[in-house]
Amino acid sequence: MSSTSENYLVGIFDDEDILLHGVDGIRDKGVKIHEVYTPFPVHGLDEALGYKRSRLPIAAFLFGMTGTILALTMQIWMLGFDWPMIIGGKNFVSLPPFIPVTFELTVLLSALGMVATFFIVSDMKPYKTPRSYDIRSTDDKHVMAINLASNKLSKEDISRILKDNGASEVNEKNF
Amino acid sequence: MVADEQYIFKPETKRKLFILLGVGILLFVIGVFMAMNSGEHGSGGDHGSLEVSKSLVASIEAAEPTEEAGGHHGSPTWLKKIYTSLWHNNVFFTGLGLIGLFFVAIQYAAQAGWSAPIKRIPLAMGQWIPISGILMLVLWFVVKGDVFHWTHHDLYVAGGEDYDAILDKKSAYFFWLGEKGGFPTFYILRMVLFFGLWYWFFTQLKKKILAEDIEGGTGNWLSARKWSAIFLVFFGYSSSVAAWDWVMSIDPHWFSTMFGWYVFASWWVAGLATITWIVVSLKDAGYLKMVNSNHLHDLGKFMFAFSIFWTYIWFSQFMLIYYANIPEETVYFIERLKHAPYSWIFYLNLILNFVLPFLLLMTRDAKRQASMLKVVCPIIIVGHWFDFYNMVTPGVMQYNGDLGLLEIGLAFIFFAFFMFVTLSALSKVPLVAKNHPMMAESLNHHI
Repeated sequence: MSSTSENYLVGIFDDEDILLHGVDGIRDKGVKIHEVYTPFPVHGLDEALGYKRSRLPIAAFLFGMTGTILALTMQIWMLGFDWPMIIGGKNFVSLPPFIPVTFELTVLLSALGMVATFFIVSDMKPYKTPRSYDIRSTDDKHVMAINLASNKLSKEDISRILKDNGASEVNEKNF
Repeated sequence: MVADEQYIFKPETKRKLFILLGVGILLFVIGVFMAMNSGEHGSGGDHGSLEVSKSLVASIEAAEPTEEAGGHHGSPTWLKKIYTSLWHNNVFFTGLGLIGLFFVAIQYAAQAGWSAPIKRIPLAMGQWIPISGILMLVLWFVVKGDVFHWTHHDLYVAGGEDYDAILDKKSAYFFWLGEKGGFPTFYILRMVLFFGLWYWFFTQLKKKILAEDIEGGTGNWLSARKWSAIFLVFFGYSSSVAAWDWVMSIDPHWFSTMFGWYVFASWWVAGLATITWIVVSLKDAGYLKMVNSNHLHDLGKFMFAFSIFWTYIWFSQFMLIYYANIPEETVYFIERLKHAPYSWIFYLNLILNFVLPFLLLMTRDAKRQASMLKVVCPIIIVGHWFDFYNMVTPGVMQYNGDLGLLEIGLAFIFFAFFMFVTLSALSKVPLVAKNHPMMAESLNHHI
């Protein structure tokens, strides 16, 4: 193992209730939890881990606004200036027929933008091998990863705290 | 597991409502005097239709017979104003009462758990249905000559001066079972049937819901769900036909296939805002202890979503008529776009009912905070009152319509009565459905 490797302690939990209470107890002891992986969504886990609300909606709003402005400028420029056409006897630049296209582009850009933002923030890119702290987190175990470098407590202390708070086993994992 | 709660209709609340009623009556009386003394022309039909015809350059011939002929009848302008405003307010407040029942039925049919602690409020609003039904029937006979052009006998005399071929073809919709231009049997039958059945469904649901408080168990809930589902099927048709009968037939030559939905959407979101407003106010007064920000969030989402739904319906109706540019259809919007106060209400309508709710309720926090809901609910209620104003008034008043103390005063009067009936109905039943099978789910509601 090189000195640049990251060392993790991995706690395995069998039950989501034990996990939820365990998270509270472990955080009370001052242990910083890197991440928890569960096979299914566990209600209340976000709050227990003290996560802040995602700012994804703000990104969605900004992407949506971009779509609105893009759609309006595009249509006004095309039908008003670049290639004016008489359609149904309406003015070249008339708002009502632009609304459906504006709506669609708003929705499209906000959706695609949200997905892109999510992928980038979650560091999900092509050819990246995802880290697996314990493969059983895709089956029947809840897996809690603790980064030793970001904790002041010793490995043995953290291991004991994990066991005290319901972890059925504690392993080490290095990347 | 749930503490009993009982809403007490306090004398202070009653006094506030009486003050509101008094202010309303005062404004109304001043408004009537102002309308009587303003030198407006007696029946302004001629004036109005002339201008509309002018703006329909494309096909004056085609448009002319589709206009309200005007001039051949009519009470003085001030009386017409009162009639129009009475009809407008009654249609709007009928909707609020009806939506109370509809909301409860939706909750049962969808087996929704979150709404268990607040369902007594829409149920109390449903108490307005029989009152508005009687008002509607009585008012109809008072206002018919002025508000409903199609009631005039001369329109159906073949070869007569006022003969109207278009209305003659539509006459069965109003006069079936009777003589054309006489008593509109079919129309009145529908009105009586709708209100009768709505009230009957209301009493059925209320009986089950109150029996549950005493008996417990799930039997009453299941039975309420069954009646709700049947009611919803009936409501789907009746609300649409009611919209044609009571609102669209004011402009009898005009038609829109979106109209049933449009009126429903307007009623529904105004009703949701009313429910939310009462819930938030009750919570402020110390009632509804189990209602927390998660329940408010759901109500806020309802208002947000259905404000957008209303806009969608509004736009679908407007855009097709705008694009197709058929004179019989565009006349409706030309009337509303070219003359004040309809023109500014037309745009105000979109600001109050779409732009403001959309922006103010967009964030999660806004929907969860009572303080924001207390701002948005009145905006939506007032906005949809304006919406109905623009649906009803231009067709009757032509270009003599205006929005003054008379209209505002009547709105206050109706609002005071509506709230009085709702709150007194609420005070007669337990505020909390303590035996509701989904109360536990609602207490743990978390989003």
